[in-house]
Amino acid sequence: MTESGIYLYAVTSEAGDACLSVRGVLGEPVRKIGVGDLAAYVSTVPLDQFGEEPLARLLEDLDWVGEVARAHHRVVEAVAEAGPTAPVRLVTVYSGEEQVRELLERRHDDFLAVLSRVAGRREWGVKAYVDPEAASRMAGGGTAGGDASARREAPAGRTGAGPGTAYLQRRKANLHNREDLWRHAVAWAERLHAALGEVAVAGRRHRPQDPQLSGRKEWMVLNGAYLVEEDRSAEFAAAVAAFREAATESGTGAGPGMDVELTGPWAPYSFTAVELETEGREGGAR
Amino acid sequence: MTLDTRRGAVLAEEGRLPPERVALVDLLDRLLAGGVVVTGDLVLSIADIELVRISLRALIASVRGPGATETEVDHEPSWW
Repeated sequence: MTESGIYLYAVTSEAGDACLSVRGVLGEPVRKIGVGDLAAYVSTVPLDQFGEEPLARLLEDLDWVGEVARAHHRVVEAVAEAGPTAPVRLVTVYSGEEQVRELLERRHDDFLAVLSRVAGRREWGVKAYVDPEAASRMAGGGTAGGDASARREAPAGRTGAGPGTAYLQRRKANLHNREDLWRHAVAWAERLHAALGEVAVAGRRHRPQDPQLSGRKEWMVLNGAYLVEEDRSAEFAAAVAAFREAATESGTGAGPGMDVELTGPWAPYSFTAVELETEGREGGAR
Repeated sequence: MTLDTRRGAVLAEEGRLPPERVALVDLLDRLLAGGVVVTGDLVLSIADIELVRISLRALIASVRGPGATETEVDHEPSWW
């Protein structure tokens, strides 16, 4: 019999009563720990995987991380269906239920503040990509234009400084165009982020995703998360759709050939990123 | 506007995925940079693990195109 810990998924107001048929990490049943008007959703995990040392090793295994992440998400989704939810960061493990109760007691007001911010709101994700090749073709200038102008200069290069110079000039023009394209795309992403902020209650930009994980080679110019009132979801999505159309309309030449993706609704992961210290780091006051 | 909203609703519906079909990369954005972080003596959190050394950290490290500016807003939501 291996030692066990308590894996914490989310904290909600007691009013919600989530369906607990959903299984947690490693297929373990999920249970609710209620303290006053708050409730924590937890399951038991073995410390031979969730202890500090094994965990440091297992976190290198993307398959393992993926399994845990999906299980965590599954529980958070089920809980968020029932009411305002504060998801907890991936892999938060307590030594026992008593410590979870203590957390709810000690951080009661902080949790209530977080929950009241996200109540009646959902998170949406908006990602924007620019394919440098397609964008330059679409703009009718860009890299192709650079090639053309470089070619025009080429005869002079041939009679004068030789083909090497022409090649370098062409390379320079290409590079210059890529930088222009990047700036253009970034400016569009800023406009998109601002436009979505008009409909959303709050917005936050995550780091651009690694192409190795996303499987997309284009430039990711926006990886945004937006907290939106539930009754404005369609309006928010319409704003995304309108931008997507404007950005891909080749006729106007206004857009940089941007691909805009909407994901969600998510539990409000990106808007509950608050750090709560428990005992031991506050001068030992209990 | 009605048409726009309807189109929006369709798009919103497309974005709705069951948990097992959500892209892991989108999930990790949220699970590793979002959510309540609890630290302290009797809790083990991912914040306690030395993430600097692990490959996952390398995988999720930001990638930037040419001339990109730092837009690090992690841990600091604009509304907080």
